[in-house]
Amino acid sequence: MTMQALLRRHGVVLGLAVLVLVLPLVLPSNFYFRIATLTFIFALAVLGLNLVMGYAGQVSLGHGGFFGIGAYAVAVGPTHFGIPVWAALPLGALLAGLLAFLIGRPILKLKGHYLAVATLGMGILIAMVFTNEAQFTGGPDGMSVPRLVLFGWSARGPVTWYWISGVSLVGAAWLAMNLIDSPTGRAFRAIHDSEPASGVLGVNVARYKLIAFVLSAVFAAVAGAYLALYDGGVTPRTAEFLRSIEFVTMAVLGGLGSVIGSVVGAAFLTILPQVLTVFHDYEHVVLGLLIILFMMFLRDGIVPTLARLIFRRRP
Amino acid sequence: MNLLRKVFAVAVFVFASATVADAQIKIGAVLSVTGPASFLGDPEKRTLEIYAAEINKQGGINGQKLEVVIYDDGGDPNQARTFATRLIEEDKVDALLAGSTTATTMAIIPLAEEAKIPLINFAGAVVAADPKFKWNFKTPHTDLMACEKIFVDLQKRKLTKIAIISGTDAFGKSMRDQCMTVVKKYGIEVLHEETYGPRDSDMTPQLTNIKAKAGVQAVVNTGFGQGPAIVTRNYRQLGISVPLYQSHGVGSKQYIDLAGDAANGVRLPAAALLVATILPDSDPQKKVVVAYKTKYEAETKQPVSTFGGHMYDGFMIMIEAMKRAGGAKDKGKVRDEIEKTKNFIGTGGVVNMSPTDHLGLDLSAFKMLEIKNGNWTLAE
Amino acid sequence: MAQFLQYAFSGLTVGAVYALVALGFTLIYNASGVINFAQGEFVMLGGMVTVFAAAAGVPLPLAALLAIAVAVLVGIALHLFAIEPAKGASAVTLIIITIGASILLRGLASIVFDKRFHALPAFIPGEAWRVGGASILPQSALVLGGAAAVVVLLWVFMSRTLVGKAMIATAANRMAARLVGINTVWIICASFAVSAAIGAIGGILVTPITLTNYDVGTLLALKGFSAAMLGGMGNPLGAIVGGLVVGLLEAFGAGYISSAYKDAIAFLVILLVLFVMPNGLFGRAGVERV
Repeated sequence: MTMQALLRRHGVVLGLAVLVLVLPLVLPSNFYFRIATLTFIFALAVLGLNLVMGYAGQVSLGHGGFFGIGAYAVAVGPTHFGIPVWAALPLGALLAGLLAFLIGRPILKLKGHYLAVATLGMGILIAMVFTNEAQFTGGPDGMSVPRLVLFGWSARGPVTWYWISGVSLVGAAWLAMNLIDSPTGRAFRAIHDSEPASGVLGVNVARYKLIAFVLSAVFAAVAGAYLALYDGGVTPRTAEFLRSIEFVTMAVLGGLGSVIGSVVGAAFLTILPQVLTVFHDYEHVVLGLLIILFMMFLRDGIVPTLARLIFRRRP
Repeated sequence: MNLLRKVFAVAVFVFASATVADAQIKIGAVLSVTGPASFLGDPEKRTLEIYAAEINKQGGINGQKLEVVIYDDGGDPNQARTFATRLIEEDKVDALLAGSTTATTMAIIPLAEEAKIPLINFAGAVVAADPKFKWNFKTPHTDLMACEKIFVDLQKRKLTKIAIISGTDAFGKSMRDQCMTVVKKYGIEVLHEETYGPRDSDMTPQLTNIKAKAGVQAVVNTGFGQGPAIVTRNYRQLGISVPLYQSHGVGSKQYIDLAGDAANGVRLPAAALLVATILPDSDPQKKVVVAYKTKYEAETKQPVSTFGGHMYDGFMIMIEAMKRAGGAKDKGKVRDEIEKTKNFIGTGGVVNMSPTDHLGLDLSAFKMLEIKNGNWTLAE
Repeated sequence: MAQFLQYAFSGLTVGAVYALVALGFTLIYNASGVINFAQGEFVMLGGMVTVFAAAAGVPLPLAALLAIAVAVLVGIALHLFAIEPAKGASAVTLIIITIGASILLRGLASIVFDKRFHALPAFIPGEAWRVGGASILPQSALVLGGAAAVVVLLWVFMSRTLVGKAMIATAANRMAARLVGINTVWIICASFAVSAAIGAIGGILVTPITLTNYDVGTLLALKGFSAAMLGGMGNPLGAIVGGLVVGLLEAFGAGYISSAYKDAIAFLVILLVLFVMPNGLFGRAGVERV
C-alpha cells in the first residue's frame, strides 16, 4: 500500500474523528448537540446505504424498514420480553442482518428499478407490521423506550448521545474504509462499474452484493436503535417509506461512494429544515428547490463534485 | 468538512438573528402544520396567530408584549422533539403550546418536565393528560369521553349490537381501543370490526363486509380527516340502513361539505363550537363559541373547526394564568395558576383543572349532534 | 357473489387511477429513462385546479380543461427547468431531482390552494346503480370509461401521428432517432406534457369519489410506480394491467383477508411476481451491455 493510499484511507477517518472531537468546543447549547447527534445517527444509516448504492450500485428504497427494526428492538425487547436494553440493541441489529440475508438472496437478483420496487415493498411491509401489531408495538402512537443502562451508568441527554453516536460513526467509517480497500471492496466497485463484466472476471457478484446489503441493514438497525434510545420513544413514523426516501436523498445529495458524503448528506437534510424555518409557509418550496438545484449543479453529489473541482485546480 | 463548517456558520447566524426580539413574554408552539395531521395543526396555527395579535392589540399581558414562535413538525415526533428543544434552549420561551398529535406530544412532554416549563398540548389520547406530568396540561376532549357519549346514545336508542370501522392512524386506532375498554360497561356488543388506512380513498370492501354481517344495529366510525367523509359516502352508496355514528374527529363543517347528502342522519359527539349559532342563549358557552367562530371565519375565510378551538382554549387558559401570576417570568407560578383554572369557559366546554385533573372537562362538554338537511342539529 | 362484485367494482375504480399514474410513469420512462416521482402531483393538480376554478365560478368543463392545461405546463416546466439541464446525470440523481420537484409542487399547492380536503360534485349525478346485488356509482363507471378512453386515445396518438411515432422511435433508440432527424429533446418534452395530461385527467375524474388535497400525490406515485414495475417497466399495457391488478388486490385483500394488511397483500404479490418474473408481467428481459 502506498503512503498516499494509507493517508487517504486514514485521512477520512481521522478527519471525521477530529470533527467529532472538536465540534463540542463550538456547540453553544443542547439544541446544537441534538442537531449534531441526529446528523451522526442518520449518517450512520446513510453510510450503510452508501455501501449498497455507491459501491455495489444497488438502489434500496427499504432501509427505513431496517432502521425501524433496530428502533423497535430496543422498545419491544425490554418491554415485552424482559431483554435488557444493552442486549436488545445488538439483537435488533442481528435480526435486521438476518432478515437482509434471507430476503437479500431473491431480491438482489433483480435489476435496477425492479430492485427499487422490491425493497420498497419490503420496507412498507415492515412498517405495516409496526402499525398494526399494536399489542407489541403500541400501534400508530408508538411506545416508549427504556434508557440504555451500562454498568449502572444511564445514557441520557444530548451530550452523552453526541459521544455515543459520534464514536460509533467514526468506527463505522473506519469499518467502511477498510472494507472498501479490501478485496471485497474492490469487488464492490467492480460490480458497480459493470456487473456482467465482473461476473466474467470471476467476481462472485451475488455473494458480494449480499454482504453489502446485510452490512447496510445492520448499520441502519444500529442507527435506528440509537434514535429510539435517544428520543426515548418510537412510532411507525421511524420506519416509514418517507424515511427510506430521506436516506436515499441524503446518500445521493452527499455523494454516492463517499464516506464523507454520507455525513454531509445527513447533515444537509438535518440542518436545512432548522434553517428554513425563516421562510415560514414557504419552507417546503425552498427545500424542494434546493434539492433540485444541488442535484442539477453538483450532480455526482456535494462531496465528490466539490472534491473534483478542488483537485483539478491543483495540478 | 469545510462545507460542514460553513453550513454550521450559516446555521448559527440564522438561529441567532431569528432569536433577537424585544418581546417580554415569549410563547413557543410546535404544531403539525403540514403532513398527515395538517388539519389539526393548520387551524391551531391560524388560531394562535390571530389571538396573539389580538392580545397585543389589547395591550399585551399586564402591559407586556407577547411574542409567539411557531414551528412545524410535519407530524414527525423526532422533528417535534428537535423543535421543542430549540424553543427551550435557543428561543428561551416562557411557555409551550405544543403537540398536535399524541405521538408528537409524548415526544415533547419529557422536555417540558425537565426544563420546568408549563406546557399545554392538543393531543387526543388520555395519556397526554396524565397528572403525573407535573408541567403538562391538555385541552381537547379525550377519545374515551367521545366513546362514552356515543354509547350512552346507543343505549338510549336500544341499539346494542354494533360494528366498528376505524382508521389505522393514531386517532382512529386510539379511539377504537378506548371504546373497547368500555363496551361492557354500556352493555354494547361489537359484532364486527374493520379498518382502513389514513390515505385510503375507497372503503366499500370493508363496508360490504359490515353490511353482510347479520344483526348489526349501528355502525361506529372512529377516524379523522377525510376518512369519515368517504366512509359516509360509501355507506350510503351501499344502501346500509342502520344508523351511522361518527366521532368527534370529524370536527368541522367541512365533513358535511365533503360527504354531501350522505351525511344526513349521521350522529356524532361534538363540542358546542360546531353548533354555536343554534345553541340556546342560556348556554354558558354561547358567547365564547360565537365570538371565536365569527373571528376565525372572518380572518381565515375557512369554516371553524374544533381543533382550532382547542388552541383557543389552551391559549386563553395560558394567558389568564400568566395574568394571574403577574407575568411569565416565574414559570412555577404560571404552572400553579394553570392548575387552579376554574370555570374557564372555552370552546370545548367548561374547564375545571385540579392537581389530579390536568384536562378539566367532563362528559357534559360533548353535545350529541345529528345532521339534518346538511346542517347540525342537537339530538338531545 | 354480491360481495365479490362489490370488491371488484371497488378494485377496478381505484385500480384505474393507479393505471393512469403507471401509464404516466411509463411514458416518461420510455422517452427519457427518468423515473418521475412527481407523477402523483399531476393527479393532485388535476383535482385541485378543477376544484378551485369551479369554486371561483368557472363552469366545470372549462375548469377541467384549465386543470389539464396547468398540469401540462407544469410538466413541460419540470422537463425544461429541472430534467433537461441535468441531462447526462445518473439515474438516481434524476430521481432525486423529481423527488425535489414533488416536494416543491406540494409546497406550492399548499400555499396557492390550501391544506384542506376538497370534493367535486359527481359529473353524472344520481343514486348508485345496483348490479347483481352490488352497487356502483355512476361516477365510478365514468372513471373506468374515462381511463379506457385515455388509453385508446393514447394508442391512436402513438400509432397514427408523427409525434407519437417519433416518441416510440425515441423510446426504442434515442441515438438512432436523433440520426433520422427527430428532435429528441422536443419529443421528451412532449412525453412530459402527455404524461401530465393523463395524470390530470385521472385526478379530475376521481376527485368526486375519493376527494383530493395538496398531498394526495405521494401515495399515488408510490402505488403507480409499483403498478408500473409489476406490469413491466416501459410497457404501456403492463402499466394498465399492473394498475388494475394492484387495485383489485387491495379490494379483495380488504374484503376477504384483512383490511389492516390490504396494502401488504398488494406488495407481497408484487414481490412474489418479481421473484418469479424478474422483469414484471410484461417486461422484456433486457440485455445489459458490458
